[in-house]
Amino acid sequence: MTADQLHSIPALLARNVASFGDKPAYREKEFGIWQSWTWTQAAAEIDALAAGLLTLGAVPDDHIAIVGRNRPALYWAMVAAQRIGCVPVPMYSDAAAEEMAYALDHCGARFAVVSDQEQVDKIADIREGLTELEHIIYLDGRGLRKYDHGAMTSYGDVQAAGRVAELSARLDELSAARGYDDTCVMLYTSGTTGRPKGVVLSNRNVIETSKNSSDFDGLRVGEEVLAYLPMAWVGDFIFSIGQSMWTGFCVNCPESEATMMTDLREIGPTYYFAPPRVFETQLTQVMIRMEDAGRVKKWLFDHFMAVAHRVGPDLLDGKPVGGLDRLRYALGNLFVFGPLKNTLGLSRVRVGYTAGEAIGPEIFDFYRSLGINLKQLYGQTEATVFITQQPDGEVRSDTVGVPSPGVELKIAENGEVFYRSPGTFMSYYKNPESTASTKDAEGWVATGDAGFIEEGSGHLRIIDRAKDVGQMADGRLFAPKYVENKLKFYPNILEAVVFGAGREYCTAFINIDLTAVGNWAERNNIAYSSYQELSQHPQVLGQIEAHVSEVNISVASDPMLAGCQIHRFLVLHKELDADDGEMTRTRKVRRAVIADKFSDLIGALYSDATDVYTETEVTYEDGRKGQITATLDLRDAVVAAEQVAA
Amino acid sequence: MTDSYITPDGRTIGGVLMDMRGITLRFGGVEAIKNISFDIREGEIRAIIGPNGAGKSSMLNVISGFYHPQDGEVWFRGAKRPSMRPYDVARQGIARTFQNIALFEGMSVLDNIMCGRLTHMKTGIFSQAIWHGAAQREEVENREAVERIIDFLEIQAIRKTPVGRLPYGLKKRVELARALAAEPKLLLLDEPMAGMNVEEKEDMSRFILDVNDEFGTTIALIEHDMGVVMDLSDRVVVMDYGRKIGDGTPDEVRGNQEVIDAYLGVAHD
Repeated sequence: MTADQLHSIPALLARNVASFGDKPAYREKEFGIWQSWTWTQAAAEIDALAAGLLTLGAVPDDHIAIVGRNRPALYWAMVAAQRIGCVPVPMYSDAAAEEMAYALDHCGARFAVVSDQEQVDKIADIREGLTELEHIIYLDGRGLRKYDHGAMTSYGDVQAAGRVAELSARLDELSAARGYDDTCVMLYTSGTTGRPKGVVLSNRNVIETSKNSSDFDGLRVGEEVLAYLPMAWVGDFIFSIGQSMWTGFCVNCPESEATMMTDLREIGPTYYFAPPRVFETQLTQVMIRMEDAGRVKKWLFDHFMAVAHRVGPDLLDGKPVGGLDRLRYALGNLFVFGPLKNTLGLSRVRVGYTAGEAIGPEIFDFYRSLGINLKQLYGQTEATVFITQQPDGEVRSDTVGVPSPGVELKIAENGEVFYRSPGTFMSYYKNPESTASTKDAEGWVATGDAGFIEEGSGHLRIIDRAKDVGQMADGRLFAPKYVENKLKFYPNILEAVVFGAGREYCTAFINIDLTAVGNWAERNNIAYSSYQELSQHPQVLGQIEAHVSEVNISVASDPMLAGCQIHRFLVLHKELDADDGEMTRTRKVRRAVIADKFSDLIGALYSDATDVYTETEVTYEDGRKGQITATLDLRDAVVAAEQVAA
Repeated sequence: MTDSYITPDGRTIGGVLMDMRGITLRFGGVEAIKNISFDIREGEIRAIIGPNGAGKSSMLNVISGFYHPQDGEVWFRGAKRPSMRPYDVARQGIARTFQNIALFEGMSVLDNIMCGRLTHMKTGIFSQAIWHGAAQREEVENREAVERIIDFLEIQAIRKTPVGRLPYGLKKRVELARALAAEPKLLLLDEPMAGMNVEEKEDMSRFILDVNDEFGTTIALIEHDMGVVMDLSDRVVVMDYGRKIGDGTPDEVRGNQEVIDAYLGVAHD
């Protein structure tokens, strides 16, 4: 098969079977052992399921919902759907029933392939309203024995029926009927604003992007990745299906969510993606453990980390470094960096990416100085991930890199970033108005982010969401995320939300990081009984106040954004949570929801009060609701003198 | 009462598995259990409840063969059980958990659960030490059984963690895992939810129901939390001061005046 015939995922699968059929394609840890499937075995599993779906009555262009954590069988379900000309629609498995109901109803899925009883129950709750959904296929039958199996079959049984039916000729016929511009997959955006939208990506979008991005970083067979990010997220689709199918590397699935870190260490991925939050958490844990370490170990760590900070990034970028420093670094690698990377599971990482949020410069530098090639990329679902990315040797924490291969960029008058690329999405499903307002006739797509291209390097820098960038009452620029990111770089601040558009001054809500602050409390013998109590502890508030004041000094040094200094803040009594609608499932802050829900607190921040009593409704994981009440301290922060522009 | 029947939620309850006939247990002059009779049927979840000091744990110890009653007979699977040592009882297919967790704190979760497979190991200490042939095969088989239980109870993440480092709720789950590893016919749970928060209780309830459903294990449990007992069990025995004061479905027991008195308290003349 020639390259120009590789116009669908099933075609890539067939090529992989032919080229390296006995190499591992999927691994999953189960019952404590890594089980693996070669490309040939995986293709057989996929064909069995695809044929089984046909016997259940699936016809081309049906939407097939896929819900569950990362497991080979669910990846196969996606490819099986494509094999018979259907469109896989992966969905967030931790979504509440009504969120899932919206997506299931909107895409009109006739079939749903789900992981276990939890997902079956969720769909059972909403099934009344879903007129199109005909059949559920479940992977793990535990607890489902007593359920009515009229419209429900186990994954194994569907495959068995498929194997008996012997439909391989029909499968090939259906796969061959799909063209390069037919739909490959539909992914729901997390929806920072309003309802999630179904982004339709074509085979061209997925395969061109996978090809370009694999070439960019030289990805090849033999690469190892750990698939642990939500399957509904475009990134996982591109890494675990697009690039894996294109290059033929192996996708490893962890045993459970809780074992991800252990599994990461066992697999030792060579190509690794994680959102900044994961790197932050890991760094916080390392620092906490070093606090508890013995004096010698602590000294070794501090000493060699200083060396690493000085020369590590330069070594990684291939810049000249003195012989003595090279020796020091090599010693450090022997005693500290090597073992540390091994503990983190990052020993073999050749290409590492982070994206989604800004990453703190200290955090970024920490990993790079250890010799881990961590880079940033900028992307979105509508672009099939890649818009810009950092080439090796040009890595910095404050940019998101140069345009990815095949991507054109332009910056609009108001600073909004536009792009056009082979990955540019086809449309929003059943939503021509949104499609038209996002993508113009020439194919330019509005990112919704404000940024600029740095002169000299040609790197893109993102300031904030375009719609969040506003003006304060005195007309000065208000860019909340810029300040929030600075705050979030402190290990004990998990989340921050800054208000100030149209106001005299800025204020902030702050979420403490329970791991970091809890550990600090333990070491200092500070007793607390709940998150709420810890969050309002005078010493905690004192620390946060110091952080806010430091951030103010840093903000004041930028003449353009000096107006964004935080004058008053409070520490929230609950963690902002996707279950309460305050964040998206990908953990992005929903400003409008928060501003509305906590309007009483914002009001208090812009008054003279020193504390405020509040009642908040919270939603538990199982969907039940409860009330929490609290009295929150309102604190003033030190505002720094602004530097006068010369 | 020996016919099998189907519960409203679709489970099949079989004939009598264990029959306690006129059990009386004395410690010196104290009568802990006074002439109690009840049965446990195959596949059911049977609860024993009662206020503090009612004799519940003593009763569980009689069932598990740890205490030998002065009067009365214990019938298990249609045969009268002679006075036997606890390990003989374990071999008969009865496993238990303890009110105060009794795990090996210094050993890993995995090793603790492997202990539960003891009755399934036939090879001797020497061949196990040499680690060859039958002993090796046996270890692999047992490990697989244990891994299935680890998967079932969702404790993969703590497989290699020493038990001493685990929080209380997880220790309880590990203890359940060890009991399950024995593949018991009858599982005895002594206050499985004591000291747990609401979420942990919900998890544990789910696991108890799943064990019963998935493996068909008969379960006898002691529990203080009335809500849990009433939701979980098919039938309930109520004890007070060593006497049986009620026996029946949760609804029947709930309406029993003597039970209400025992729990709410009445003046003793």
